Amino acid sequence: MYSPKVMQNFSNPQNVGEIPDADGVGTVGNPVCGDLMTIYIKVKDDRLEDVKFKTFGCGAAIATSSMITQMAKGKTIEEALKITRNDVASELEGLPPQKMHCSNLAADALKAAIDDYRKRLPDRTGPAEKK
Amino acid sequence: MKRVYLDNSATSKVDDEVLDAMLPFFTGKYGNPSSLYALGRESREAIEVARQQVASAIGASPAEIIFTSGGTEADNIAIVGSALAGKKKGNHIITSSIEHPAVLETCRYLEKEGFKVTYLPVTPEGIVRVDELAAAITKETILITVMQVNNEIGSIQPIAEIGRIAKEKGIRFHTDAVQAMGKVRVNVNDLGVDLLSLSGHKIHGPKGVGALYLRKGTPVRSLVHGGGHERGIRSGTENVPGIAGMGKACEVMTRDFERNVAHMTRLRDRLMDGLLKIEHSRLNGPRGAQRSPNNVNVSYSFVEGESMVLLLDMAGIEVSTGSACSSTKLEPSHVLLSCGLPAEEAHGSLRMTNSKYSTEEEIDYVIETLPGIVARLREMSPLYRRPA
Ligand SMILES: Cc1ncc(COP(=O)(O)O)c(C=O)c1O
Repeated sequence: MYSPKVMQNFSNPQNVGEIPDADGVGTVGNPVCGDLMTIYIKVKDDRLEDVKFKTFGCGAAIATSSMITQMAKGKTIEEALKITRNDVASELEGLPPQKMHCSNLAADALKAAIDDYRKRLPDRTGPAEKK
Repeated sequence: MKRVYLDNSATSKVDDEVLDAMLPFFTGKYGNPSSLYALGRESREAIEVARQQVASAIGASPAEIIFTSGGTEADNIAIVGSALAGKKKGNHIITSSIEHPAVLETCRYLEKEGFKVTYLPVTPEGIVRVDELAAAITKETILITVMQVNNEIGSIQPIAEIGRIAKEKGIRFHTDAVQAMGKVRVNVNDLGVDLLSLSGHKIHGPKGVGALYLRKGTPVRSLVHGGGHERGIRSGTENVPGIAGMGKACEVMTRDFERNVAHMTRLRDRLMDGLLKIEHSRLNGPRGAQRSPNNVNVSYSFVEGESMVLLLDMAGIEVSTGSACSSTKLEPSHVLLSCGLPAEEAHGSLRMTNSKYSTEEEIDYVIETLPGIVARLREMSPLYRRPA
């Protein structure tokens, strides 16, 4: 049912954990629906220096979380905001159709973390535009 | 790698004796049971032997057994066939909120066709309250359908009590005994049912075959029309190897009943004790005599079921979950929700169902393996706070 890439990211997820002094934190999903994802970012010179996640959810939810942290790390804020749900899914060599919306929340969580980061900035540039 | 199969309520391994009973009908004995010559008569004979075996297993007479394509079809004929046969008398059906989809979806279909359906709530342990059922009966009630054993949490329903009420009120009564066979006594007279559904593949028989018990003098409308097979109730050339296997599976089940139930009960209790030692866990469904001897269903807080199932699979352990993620629906198990479980706890449920083939060693391997998996997922979960 899952691609080898999904299984690899699920069974050996990268960047699990919290960043205690994170510059931005974003949480999306709802445990009632079976998926809850928190992304932590550390920003330096407008670049995502570190990205970590904590996820409650199915195999796809964990795999997409692991994948987005790898995709986003080292990118500028602008570049990171361009990552879409579909990008994450294709990087994972596809997700089963029923998982495309319910468990593919990682891109949204990253945006939420960046929004949070921007809100914390002294000169507020406003929330990141939604893709 | 060793594989531990603990999903016997999903399906079960075909018994060797059952397979032996089926094989001749794939090879030399391929006749159509409706044919008059010897090859056909052999097939007919096999079907009638199987009918006798199924009937004996449930205390019925052979003429009351209709072979079907499985439990789902038996449920459909019982419910739709009864509703169509009884619609001049009334349009109300009573069922429970924890039925298998083969019953629930069939009732929903009938609602669209103008019937009224009451879906009875259950206790937190997943048991229908007989007084609530009695109170739901109206002048219009033409059918009560309540399962004997629940497939997810193994709760055993008070079928005999409901049977007495149904009889007293003159209402037709059906039970889905698919998960009851081989786990608890199934006797149509003790239970007081008019119709009862069975499936082959849950009792170490083949998939794609089942049976409907239809008490003498209980008319149903047929749903599959054709050549008039199975007394015109279920047309279509009979699945002879499947039926032969179903019959044999019933015979073996009855023969070894006491021993297997004792074995399954012992393993169930061992597994349950082991799994509940993990912190933040809870048992779903009742304990002891009100629970199927082969069923364990436990929820683990802060983690999601599909993830546990996938990690268990990597360790060679095959089980199922009531999480939405295991299905195409977005809702977790309707059974667990009906028991009042919060959705997030239902997402974190695991069902493990043993069989006569399960061993103590397998159970111990699961008890050893699961704590690490739960801990690993909790480490990853934003809902979990490790005790300081
Ligand atoms: C309680 C119950 N009823 C009906 C069925 C359906 O039986 P079958 O798979 O033979 O159609 C099942 C099996 O999943 C079941 O557990």
